[in-house]
Amino acid sequence: MMLGAWTLMASLLLCALPVLAQDMAPAEDAAPQDSLDRALTQLLNQIVPGEILSAPEKVSLEDTPSDAGTSIDVAWHISASESIIPGSVVKYHVMRAESPDSEFVRVGTVPAGTASYSDDGTEPGKPYWYKVKAVGVDSETASEACGPGYSRMQWFDRNRWNVLVFTLLTCFLVIIFIEIAKRSKGETFLRRLPVFDAIDEAIGRATEMGKDVLYIMGGLDVDDPQTVASMNILARVAERTASYGTKLNIPCIWPMAMSMARETVKESYLRMGRPDEYNEDDIYYLTTDQFGYVAGVDGIMMRDRPAANFYLGAFYAESLVFAETGYATGAIQIAGTAEIDQLPFFVVACDYTLIGEELYAAGASLSGDPIQMGSIRGQDAAKAIFFVLIVVGVILKLAGIDAIEEWLSIG
Amino acid sequence: MLMTTGPWVWVAGLLTLAIYSFLYKDNPVYKMAEYIFVGLSAGYWAAFLWWNYAYPNLFEPLAQGNYWNIIPIAMGLMMFTQLSRRTSWMVRFPLTFVLGVSLGLQIVAAVEGDMVPQLAGTFSPFTRGAMFNTYDFWTSVGYIVLLVGVLTTITYFFFSKEHKGILGVSSKIGIYFLMVAFGASFGYTIMARISLLFGRLHFLLSDWMHVLK
Repeated sequence: MMLGAWTLMASLLLCALPVLAQDMAPAEDAAPQDSLDRALTQLLNQIVPGEILSAPEKVSLEDTPSDAGTSIDVAWHISASESIIPGSVVKYHVMRAESPDSEFVRVGTVPAGTASYSDDGTEPGKPYWYKVKAVGVDSETASEACGPGYSRMQWFDRNRWNVLVFTLLTCFLVIIFIEIAKRSKGETFLRRLPVFDAIDEAIGRATEMGKDVLYIMGGLDVDDPQTVASMNILARVAERTASYGTKLNIPCIWPMAMSMARETVKESYLRMGRPDEYNEDDIYYLTTDQFGYVAGVDGIMMRDRPAANFYLGAFYAESLVFAETGYATGAIQIAGTAEIDQLPFFVVACDYTLIGEELYAAGASLSGDPIQMGSIRGQDAAKAIFFVLIVVGVILKLAGIDAIEEWLSIG
Repeated sequence: MLMTTGPWVWVAGLLTLAIYSFLYKDNPVYKMAEYIFVGLSAGYWAAFLWWNYAYPNLFEPLAQGNYWNIIPIAMGLMMFTQLSRRTSWMVRFPLTFVLGVSLGLQIVAAVEGDMVPQLAGTFSPFTRGAMFNTYDFWTSVGYIVLLVGVLTTITYFFFSKEHKGILGVSSKIGIYFLMVAFGASFGYTIMARISLLFGRLHFLLSDWMHVLK
């Protein structure tokens, strides 16, 4: 096998000598040289069909660093044929097998001149063998099998130090401010948003008119922070409807959100001493389909004519349909979402809109819970640090120092 | 001009018109279409969630011997405890588990996906020399406006202090930036909605009525 390879190398070198000599010729001779190369390759292919290419050598395997154990880095020395006669190798196929004797299956292809490939389709801890096949115009040659190689999960991704630092910093600030809020015993300050008064005003109006209050929690389930923030505001709304004896109508798009809304409203009614007023059938599942839900809620708006509509949570294409229909029924409308694309619709069609983070701040503020209020203050402190970081970053960039930007880049 | 004879195209066309009849006012035809839509979609989603989530991720692995799946199945069954008043307190276990895990995971996603890239993206154009040499005048002005917009908008979202003094001025400028951004987003999204309307009209006039070729 080795003897065959050396013989092939020697014959290739002999054939390539005229070509190498021409390499030293002036640049204007480049075109004739290319055609000579092609002619030579074709000639050699005809003389030794299927054996003209030498195989890639020194195939090595390494676990891809900083990953979840699903990738192996394969490296090799490019085929000697490619070094001697550029163009003789068109591409390399990377072949994989689960034992050296089993069939090798192609897992990737890279162009000629490339000497590495990351196979990201492996299972952690499983042995794999690899071959690299050089593919020419008419022939192909595979390297010897290399293995076993293993992919392993790393606990820490070294490309994401910055994410760890910012996560720890933000969490640290939030925890510190929560502790401060707990010790301040209800004295924690959060800016009062105009919507606080609007909530009472809207529910009061519905009570005077003898109509329902409609509450929509958005289109996402309880695993979304916006839905959670919406629950905090729902608790306050439910307290008010319990006090005033107004019906609170909550059609839900997700079953789990419905269960959580029921628990939230039930607690509010208990807190206000009106458990008998609580009716769990007022909080019900409609459908999980986005526009099926829209059709159902629109129908409720047109038939029941609620006097106050709340749209608080994550909203998508349904936002304008809700807000427009509610506007047509003459209801007071209070909306809030962190979905930037939907905010303009709420701003134009609703009476009050909580913009982005105001939704979370309103939820925390209305709950009066020191943990939530401290959390908002901690996030404010983090924002102040980011503010300073941006200013410092701009100054450093203008001074020609890219250190911060490089550190912030996520690899 | 011959209208299509495909029965399902007829059903889709008539139901589309029934939904559009809401533009006039609430009426029995709309109600019928609404109930069909809500009922069908609820049934569809129940089947979809079963065959795409519950069965392949829970029950199939369990049948193959992955007994860890008993834990999520037990949590899922706890959701049914709310059917009885005496056991309804148990529903809080799966709810709090989902809440805690998902919100915890989203902390990292928010830092990695939003916070860090936006932080770097705000000052990355301010390369030495490029601001006054490589970029044209209006591009440089654009980057400066972007920087001012980001900084003042951040101050609008400070909740720990009253918006008075410098913070008041800054947050006011910030809200102007927000409104300009909302206006641009509004126009952009309306264009997208109009293209959806065109899609529906094309279905009615082409696939159903064969008025358009």
